[in-house]
Amino acid sequence: MSSAAGSAPWDLFGYFADHRAEVLDLLWAHTWLSVLPVVIGLLVALPIGWLARRYRWAYPPVVSVSGLLYTIPSLALFVVMPTLLGTQILDPLNVVAALTLYTVALLVRVVADGLAAVPEDAVQAATAMGFTRLQRLRTVELPLAVPVIAAGLRVAMVANVSLVAIAATIGIPQLGQLFITGFQLSVTGPYYPPIVLGIVLSVALALLLDRSIVLGARLITPWQRVSAAR
Amino acid sequence: MNDVLLWLNDPQNWTGTRVTPGIVEQASAHLAYTAIALSIAGVIAFPLGLVLGHTGRASWLVSVANGLRALPTVGLLILLYVMVSPLISGRGDAVYLVPTEIALVLLALPAILANTYAGVRNVSPDARDAARGMGMTGRQVLFRVELPNALPLVFSGLRSAALQVIATATIAAYVGLGGLGRYVYDGLASRDFGQMAGGAVLVAALALLVDLALSLLQRATVSRGVSGRFSRRSTRDSRSAAVTVVRPEPPRGGPDGGPRPGQATTPAAALTPSGEHPSG
Repeated sequence: MSSAAGSAPWDLFGYFADHRAEVLDLLWAHTWLSVLPVVIGLLVALPIGWLARRYRWAYPPVVSVSGLLYTIPSLALFVVMPTLLGTQILDPLNVVAALTLYTVALLVRVVADGLAAVPEDAVQAATAMGFTRLQRLRTVELPLAVPVIAAGLRVAMVANVSLVAIAATIGIPQLGQLFITGFQLSVTGPYYPPIVLGIVLSVALALLLDRSIVLGARLITPWQRVSAAR
Repeated sequence: MNDVLLWLNDPQNWTGTRVTPGIVEQASAHLAYTAIALSIAGVIAFPLGLVLGHTGRASWLVSVANGLRALPTVGLLILLYVMVSPLISGRGDAVYLVPTEIALVLLALPAILANTYAGVRNVSPDARDAARGMGMTGRQVLFRVELPNALPLVFSGLRSAALQVIATATIAAYVGLGGLGRYVYDGLASRDFGQMAGGAVLVAALALLVDLALSLLQRATVSRGVSGRFSRRSTRDSRSAAVTVVRPEPPRGGPDGGPRPGQATTPAAALTPSGEHPSG
C-alpha cells in the first residue's frame, strides 16, 4: 500500500484520491446493501401491517415479536443467517436477509399504527362513496398513512446504513471495509485516513438516503403542502 | 445447526481450559464491560437529563448527543481504538478495554440523555402545575412528580442503551477485547462454524436476558399509577382509576439501540432533525 497521503485524519482526501475506484465500489456496495432490505422490508410489512390493523388480536403478538427481534444484536444475526438460509458465511445475502428482518419488524408496527391514524371521516366517506375495501385501502388509507410510514422508513434506512458497516468485520465488503483497512494499517501508529473517510461517507450516505425518503414522501403527498400553507 | 448444538453442549467450552477462558468467564466479562459502560454513561447522562428537562435549558446538548447517534458504531469503535490504544502502556487488557469503554460510553450516552430529557419534558403540565400549586419546591417537583412520571421513558432509554452496548461490545472482540464476541471472531478465523454461530446464539441470549432483567426492574420501580398496571383485584376496587391512567408502553430502541419511529416523535427528538437518526 504505497500511499502519497499522510496518516493524519485530514489526509482523507488524499486517501480518497489514491483509492478512488476501490472506495466508490465500497460506497456502491454499501448503498445497495442498505437500500435493498428497506425496499423488500416495506413490501413484506405492508400486508402484515394491514392484517395487524384489520384484526385487532394480531396486533399484540406482532408488537412482541418485533420487539424480540430488535433485541438480537445484528452481528449475531449476520452470523446465524447461513444456518437458517443455507448460504455461505461471506454471502452478502446474509446481510440483506438480516436487515430485511429488522426492517420488517420495525415497519409492521409503523404500517399498522399509520393505518390506525387515518381519520375515520375519510374512511367513512370513501365507504359511503362506494369504494370497495381494496380500493379504499389503495386510494385513501395508504396515501393518508404515507407520512407515518415514511417516518418509519427513515429510521430503518439510517439504521441500516450504520448496521451494514458491522458486516465488514466478518469479511463482507462495503464502507465498513475502510475501518478494517485503517485498523490493519495502524500497527505501528495510528493511520486515520481510511477510518475518517469511512465515517464521513457513511454519515453522508445516511443523510442522503434520509433526505430522499423525505423528498419522495413529499412528492406523493401534495395535499400536505396545501394544508401546511393554509 | 448440528455443529452449533455440539459446540454449545461441550462442557469444556463452558468451563474453559487452563489456556482458554470458558463461556461462563466470557459471558461475565461481557456483562462487566456492559455494566461499566452503562454506569459511567448513567452517572453522566441521567442527572444531566433530569436537570436539562426540569429547567428546559441547554436543549442543544441533547441535539448534540443525538447527532452522535448518526455515527457508525464500528467506525467509532475502531477510530477510538486506533487513537487511544497507543497512549496506554502496560500489559493486560487495558489496551483494549480503555478505548472500547470510551466508545461504549459514547454510544450509551445519547439514548439515556435524550430519553431522560424527553421523559421529564413530557410530564403533563397539569401534574407539574398541581405540584407547584401545592407548594412544592422545584427540587420536590423534580423528584416527587417529574421523575416518577418520567421513569418509563428513562427505562426505555436505559434498555436501548444496554442493547446497543452489548451489541457493540461483541464487535469490540474484533479489535481484541474479550467477551462473547471472541467466539464469533475466533470461530470465523479458524473456520469453526459451530463456535462462531454458537457464540452468536449466546450473544443473542445474553441480550434477551439483560433486557428481561431491566424490564423486571422497570416493573418493580415504575409506579402503578404511571404504568396503569393493576392487579385484577385492585382493578375491581379502582376500575375508574385504572381506565383513566392507562397509557401505551413507550417505544424502545431499535436494533443495537437505534430509536424507533415513536421515539422520534418525543419533543427532544423533534427539536432536532438528527433526533431521528439512529446508529447501529
